[in-house]
Amino acid sequence: MENAFLQDWGITIMVFLPLVGALIMMLIPADQEENHKTIALGTSLLTAAIGFWLCVDFWNLGEAEWANLHYVVDRNWISVINAKYLVGVDGISIPLIALTLLVVPLVIIYSWNHIPNPGNPKAFLILILVLHTGMLGSFVAQDLVLFFVFFEVVLLPMYFMIGVWGGEDRLYASIKFFLYTLFGSALMLVSFLALYWSTGSDTFVMAELAERVRVEDVKLGTQVLIFGGMFMGFGIKVPMFPFHTWLPDAHTQAPTQGSVILAAVLLKLGTYGFIRIAIQILPEAAIEWAPWIGLLAVIGIIYGALGCLAQTDMKRLIAFSSVAHMGYVMLGIATLTDFGMNAAIFGMVAHGLITGMLFFIAGSVKDRFHTLEIKRLGGLLLQAPRMGWILGFCTMASLGLPGLAGFWGEFPAILAAYQPADGISAPLFRVYMVVAAIGTVLAAGYLLWLLQRTAFGTPSEEFENDPEIHDMVFTEYVAWVPLLVLIVLFGFVPHLIFDLTDGTVSGFADAVTALGK
Amino acid sequence: MSGTIATLLATEIERPSIDWHAIAPELVLLGGGALVTVIDLIWLERVRKIMPTLTSLVFLAALVPVLTLWGDADALPRGLWIIDGTEPSAGVWEGAYVVDNYSLVLKGLFLLSAYVIVLLSTNYMSEGDYHDSEYYQLISASVLGMLVMSSSRDLISIFVALELVSIPAYLMAAWRKRDLKSNEAGLKYMLMGVFASAILLYGMSLLYGLAGSTLLSDIATTIDIGESKPIITLGIIFTIIGFGFKVSAVPFHTWAPDTYEGAPTPLTAFLAVASKAAGFVGLLNVAIVAFPTQADVVEPFMWVLAAITMTVGNLIALRQTNLVRMLAYSGVAQAGYMLAPLAVYSGLEDRATSAVVTYLVIYAAMNLGAFAVVIIAARKTRSGEITSYGGMFNYAPGLTVAMTLFLFSLAGIPPVGGWWAKFEVFRVLTEGNRASGIALAVVAAVNSVVAAFYYLNIAKQMWFMPTPDGDNSRIAIPPALTAAVVLTVIATIATGVLPGLVSDMTDFVNVAAGQ
Repeated sequence: MENAFLQDWGITIMVFLPLVGALIMMLIPADQEENHKTIALGTSLLTAAIGFWLCVDFWNLGEAEWANLHYVVDRNWISVINAKYLVGVDGISIPLIALTLLVVPLVIIYSWNHIPNPGNPKAFLILILVLHTGMLGSFVAQDLVLFFVFFEVVLLPMYFMIGVWGGEDRLYASIKFFLYTLFGSALMLVSFLALYWSTGSDTFVMAELAERVRVEDVKLGTQVLIFGGMFMGFGIKVPMFPFHTWLPDAHTQAPTQGSVILAAVLLKLGTYGFIRIAIQILPEAAIEWAPWIGLLAVIGIIYGALGCLAQTDMKRLIAFSSVAHMGYVMLGIATLTDFGMNAAIFGMVAHGLITGMLFFIAGSVKDRFHTLEIKRLGGLLLQAPRMGWILGFCTMASLGLPGLAGFWGEFPAILAAYQPADGISAPLFRVYMVVAAIGTVLAAGYLLWLLQRTAFGTPSEEFENDPEIHDMVFTEYVAWVPLLVLIVLFGFVPHLIFDLTDGTVSGFADAVTALGK
Repeated sequence: MSGTIATLLATEIERPSIDWHAIAPELVLLGGGALVTVIDLIWLERVRKIMPTLTSLVFLAALVPVLTLWGDADALPRGLWIIDGTEPSAGVWEGAYVVDNYSLVLKGLFLLSAYVIVLLSTNYMSEGDYHDSEYYQLISASVLGMLVMSSSRDLISIFVALELVSIPAYLMAAWRKRDLKSNEAGLKYMLMGVFASAILLYGMSLLYGLAGSTLLSDIATTIDIGESKPIITLGIIFTIIGFGFKVSAVPFHTWAPDTYEGAPTPLTAFLAVASKAAGFVGLLNVAIVAFPTQADVVEPFMWVLAAITMTVGNLIALRQTNLVRMLAYSGVAQAGYMLAPLAVYSGLEDRATSAVVTYLVIYAAMNLGAFAVVIIAARKTRSGEITSYGGMFNYAPGLTVAMTLFLFSLAGIPPVGGWWAKFEVFRVLTEGNRASGIALAVVAAVNSVVAAFYYLNIAKQMWFMPTPDGDNSRIAIPPALTAAVVLTVIATIATGVLPGLVSDMTDFVNVAAGQ
């Protein structure tokens, strides 16, 4: 049984606590920087404490219960359209919530002595906390309107983080990020409304809509169009080829903390949306769209990899690798099978941990060398050996070395493409499978080449005797070790996540299978 | 001729008793305004300082009967006269003046907006050495016109209300009389306004000629059986164009940017919010009550008007370098969204009305807030140029956050109010599942992305750019302006997070019945 307190308040407190912290910080003058850092960290830790308590309580419910929504709070919110404050968690939200709960405090710890120019920790940390509420809210919302609001709340803080604390091209990158995402969500909103009208217009609750679509027998053509609108909204967020162009700019220009959150959590809002909303509600349309999603996914894999090979900037390279990795996730989703979607969720968590780490390292390299241009770097293993080794470890994890988390995101996704759900052309997906497999080779290529050029060799002349270059500092240890431990842990014990997600995912997959036959 | 009058005089007219409660808001405002004028006449300079306070108290006092009427929901709708207990009278005035949920929401909106505008004006007027006392009296007069407009369901009272709203505004637009731009503002506004009134009157006279009555509900029942479709069409279109000037719909918007820029900024806020809302109310009353059967004429015309208004407004706003002008054009574009529900209103009269009113309420909060920030910023920068907002985050972080919320609200991004306003418009447009509605929804969706660009541009200046003159000392904000910003911020956030606050009030039933 759920703990009674958590049942009533757990999710609500977890989601809105960061906002409370942000409000308290607003009342404190900006020059008390230490106080701001303490409050922000305290809030995020308290949020994490409640959140992890909820996760543990959820775990103790037992495997049979993981498929269903728990800790559901159902209140009327906007009565004229029957939109509800309906939140709850099940097996596919828990891993992503846990990821968010973990990453945000680590980012705040990292910020302790890494506040990017032009300073002002007060505003910076407030934005992170607002972002925290938006991300957690998106993962617990079970009502489309509520989801939409949280999904958009994420937009604003990220825009300002890139625009104020970003690199040289920050103005361009921030507006590009904003307009791309806004365009997607405008179409997504229109498709939510279309769904609302075509199913009898009295609910926005995701599970009920899924039921309605089946019962009311919504025409396939309509479903396909509505799915198309959602595809734009989520696909831009993921980002899928060809809507990915905002990502390298945003990542490269964002401050380290922004890049980490963007890679670790924000991109997952898109893939999570595909599974939670698009596929759950419109399985029939998903079958129609699957070949196209699969196609764009494998194009993303190859294109991202080739993009990586062409980059001269370390951060931009990692950003392009995100495009490739999210391609695997989308390929797993596109198979619409139990196996593929499980792999996809694992892939999301693994990518969050690994790419988050890579961006942390890139940030620390930038702090020391004041550049990320690969050809000027080199010899990191000599100048900062621990950091160099961690970079090596993360590139290995990122290229999918068995025994580390990355493997379990990539390999099952490729395997799943061998046999997609009924109703989807298997030969086509086998072609995708081969292409995706080639992508892993390319991934090994660009990641090892990156490692070779930055960590191996001797330091270049300009940095040889630079006193600013030193090995890791305390906050870096604290921020990074948990991520590294988890990368290994999930590498060896992948069923920690697979077991959690399997129940819910197979429910969605069964709905697809029932249609495909 | 004289015989007729004699007969009329000879006829015993039994005067029905007046429903004093129903018109109490108007009477309080009228009486209060007159009292303020008398106080000013007697004590002159000595009371100048308390004029804004007195005026705002009058507005709040007028709000009391609005609330009591709202509370007495069972008695709604009610009219001007009482015969046999609570029934409205049978006679020429039946249904000409209606107090229902719809008009009460609008009266509340007008009074609260006016209250905020007095807050905005207080420092501006006293520091500029303008004729403050007269200014506040004119504002009261104009707001009285708005209250009358909310309840008018008759061509004559609509026209009188419209003139009562407009004529004080013509004067106030030229208030800074030593400034050429302000003179231009007032003159342009007056000439265009009078021109619009003439067109409106012409349209109304055609409608009266066909229907034989000035009552909107009579017009509704009589004009659809006539055979003179061309004349009906002409009457309808002229009427809509007349209001089109008032709400600054493209192509009748040309006065707005110059007037907005030249007029005193608090008055600009008044024009952009309250006066525009009054125009929309007139338009709604006419369209919903008088033309429910003429959807085939009204809808296509409104469709085109809405589409070009939002598109042209946005495209020109993109190119503005002056913030007040940009807000003027953004206001034009916003008017386009508000017109959109009228492009699909047939069969959905109540829903379309409530969408427009929802939009007006939220728009008032966010736009008044934006103008409050503009007024505060101008106290430091002495400029309305967008580039002068650079670095505001450094010297006024709270104000910057507030302005950011207003801008995002105007752009329609959750969780601040504007998203709900747009959502309601989208909901009406897609509700009928008609191709025209969905097409307009797509036009509106694309437009909101375009609009986001220029709203973000302001946010960009405030957050990302350095201060132009490098002076980052904190600015002092007078209490009245602080209050205005706080009130509008609260309203903007509350309407976005809990849209039920607005939607419960604007869930109208049977507006068109107009008893």
